[in-house]
Amino acid sequence: MALNEQEVLAGLTEIIVEETGIAAEDVASEKSFTDDLDIDSLSMMTIVAQAEDKFEVTIPDDEVKNLATVGDAVSFITKAQD
Amino acid sequence: MTTTLQQASCTQYSRVLGIGGVRGEHVVPNADIVEAINSSDEWIQQRTGIISRMRSGPDVNVLDLAEGAARAAIAHAGIEASQIDTVILSTVTYFRQTPAGATQIADRIGATPAAAYDISAACAGYTYGIAQADALVRAGAARCVLVIGAEKMSDFIDPTDRSISFLLGDGAGAAIVGPSDFPGIGPTIWGSDGSRAETIGQTEDWQQAIRSGQWPTLRQEGPAVFKWASFQMAPIAKQAMAAAGVTADQIQAFVPHQANMRIIDQLIKQLKLPDGIAVGRDIAETGNTSAASIPLAIERLYREGQVSSGDLALQIGFGAGLAYGAQVIVLP
Ligand SMILES: CC(C)(COP(=O)(O)OP(=O)(O)OC[C@H]1O[C@@H](n2cnc3c(N)ncnc32)[C@H](O)[C@@H]1OP(=O)(O)O)[C@@H](O)C(=O)NCCC(=O)NCCS
Repeated sequence: MALNEQEVLAGLTEIIVEETGIAAEDVASEKSFTDDLDIDSLSMMTIVAQAEDKFEVTIPDDEVKNLATVGDAVSFITKAQD
Repeated sequence: MTTTLQQASCTQYSRVLGIGGVRGEHVVPNADIVEAINSSDEWIQQRTGIISRMRSGPDVNVLDLAEGAARAAIAHAGIEASQIDTVILSTVTYFRQTPAGATQIADRIGATPAAAYDISAACAGYTYGIAQADALVRAGAARCVLVIGAEKMSDFIDPTDRSISFLLGDGAGAAIVGPSDFPGIGPTIWGSDGSRAETIGQTEDWQQAIRSGQWPTLRQEGPAVFKWASFQMAPIAKQAMAAAGVTADQIQAFVPHQANMRIIDQLIKQLKLPDGIAVGRDIAETGNTSAASIPLAIERLYREGQVSSGDLALQIGFGAGLAYGAQVIVLP
């Protein structure tokens, strides 16, 4: 069953916390992966791979650069589920 | 039909009898290469774990490196070069399409008339060579195979390229494979994905290069390759363990292709390898030497006393092709 944005955010937050050690309360929709969360492109790829697995979606490699914020990723994943 | 052919009789088991390697003779620290790519020692260390790489000068060619590795593996195996009946050279940096480099290696070390040929599987090349050697020995087609992965990557780098050149080093690693009383090489899990051929490789083919007058160099789509290597290769490594009938807590060493320390760390995580297992981390000081990287990393583990004879090592090569191969071996 498709998850809503709230549920995807919660799941994605878990992945980000696990990969980076950032506190869950610091992860929010408007946060930029690079500027706010200091996630480099290799960590980003790790997060993407884990999100694909967890949410059973495909996030193409050339789509990743368009996912600037946590919210961008959440809406991409939410839509990609259908 | 009245005459029945004889076919070669099979040998039940094979194993690796010796492993050795040589690196480029010059240490090239990050500081020497960062200016041309507007990078920094810190950036390279943080993204790749590389502190320096070893490269050869103009008077050393890829066959010289291959010969050095062959001699080291022969010494480690304690055999005579004349016992070798097959030479497989994996390289993507030998300049001649024909004749193969392997025949010259066979001749240089004194193994003529060994069967000798080159293979091209880039960073998976060593594991492909071991797969072939294992099969040839068990099928009775060979009794003593020299497998060499040799690369002078520095002949194909563009100092201004940020995608791959700064990772690369020169070196060669080799193994001797022969018959055994016990199972010494687990089944190889190997494959390819040519739909992604463009993700790593030479910028132009030779014909284009001749027309344009531009020497071809190497390029890659780094983040895409990182993701593929870190996440698609872990299941391959797991299959190699399962096919060999071993679990992660039964192996003593993990020796992945030396592409990036962060790929190595991610694979360890995905494979849930126990703490305390020996891990090939030769990339820090050697760089990525493509087909040579696995045997060179094993050579270092021996030298540092991290592995010994009889240990089980899981090895996995992956790279341009895309191509990959993995197997569990008993270390000689
Ligand atoms: C090559 C590799 C280190 C590049 O790292 P990366 O973090 O993926 O690099 P990206 O291309 O995503 O670029 C991220 C940022 O670093 C910068 N950058 C890229 N390469 C750089 C370099 N060599 N030095 C300094 N900065 C670099 C980019 O300009 C970009 O900056 P920006 O965010 O300000 O735009 C990495 O992708 C890698 O190692 N991949 C694995 C490939 C591999 O090992 N292949 C061999 C298999 S055989």
